[in-house]
Amino acid sequence: MTDNSNPPRKPAKGGAGLEEARLRQQAIGVKLRHMFDEVVNEPVPDEFLDILRRADERATGGGEA
Amino acid sequence: MNGAPKPPSADDTAFKKELVTLIPHLRAFARTLTGDPTAADDLAQDAMMKAWDARASYQMGTNMKAWTFMILRNQFYSEKRRSWRQSQLDQEAAERTLVAVDDPESPVALDELRLALATLPEEQREALILVGAGGFAYEEAADICQCAVGTVKSRVSRARKALQATLEKGGYARDGRSAGDAMRSILADADRLSSVRN
Repeated sequence: MTDNSNPPRKPAKGGAGLEEARLRQQAIGVKLRHMFDEVVNEPVPDEFLDILRRADERATGGGEA
Repeated sequence: MNGAPKPPSADDTAFKKELVTLIPHLRAFARTLTGDPTAADDLAQDAMMKAWDARASYQMGTNMKAWTFMILRNQFYSEKRRSWRQSQLDQEAAERTLVAVDDPESPVALDELRLALATLPEEQREALILVGAGGFAYEEAADICQCAVGTVKSRVSRARKALQATLEKGGYARDGRSAGDAMRSILADADRLSSVRN
């Protein structure tokens, strides 16, 4: 819905422009999530679990010093 | 030096299990903060260990994802204050690169988005990532960034506007090519991504 209080001289700037901006923001949002999810979906390097396992062993006194 | 070995407590086991499920998200957040995969994994590992060491102060049942993200973020900024590489996230360099991206047919849209992200002030970038990609509510993002909810909202909104402007300007800045290339390829890509919906 266009804003009727707009001066009639600039009709092109109405609803269509807003709709376009909304679509662009939506597209950026999709790409942003995709970029983030790509990393989330990568396999976790073994290093992470190794480090955690060693820390866990220290915490429980399971490992030898 | 240890006293009597403790058996693993049920809390530790549950904590560790949940922490492991968060590693992929920590890696992704770290990647967006550092912009560099190796530095990001170092950061994510440090944050994971800090979270592990601080597990006694975590209350099971509260939002562990937000808690670990906050740890990671604090770690990032404290390291950065000390010695983080000067090269990263240099706004001007990023803008120059964006302008210089040179092969119109290559699938550069994601890189353009990364570069455009790198031109944002970091507090805007992190707010946008948390809310726009990480799936956090404004309130959670505010907890992670330790600022007011209204501040997060305005940062996200400014980030969105600036990002769009940069992407559109990136198209203009490329000599001899039509305006808005970056934005157009992002629109096309987004279309493809949302129709595939994996």
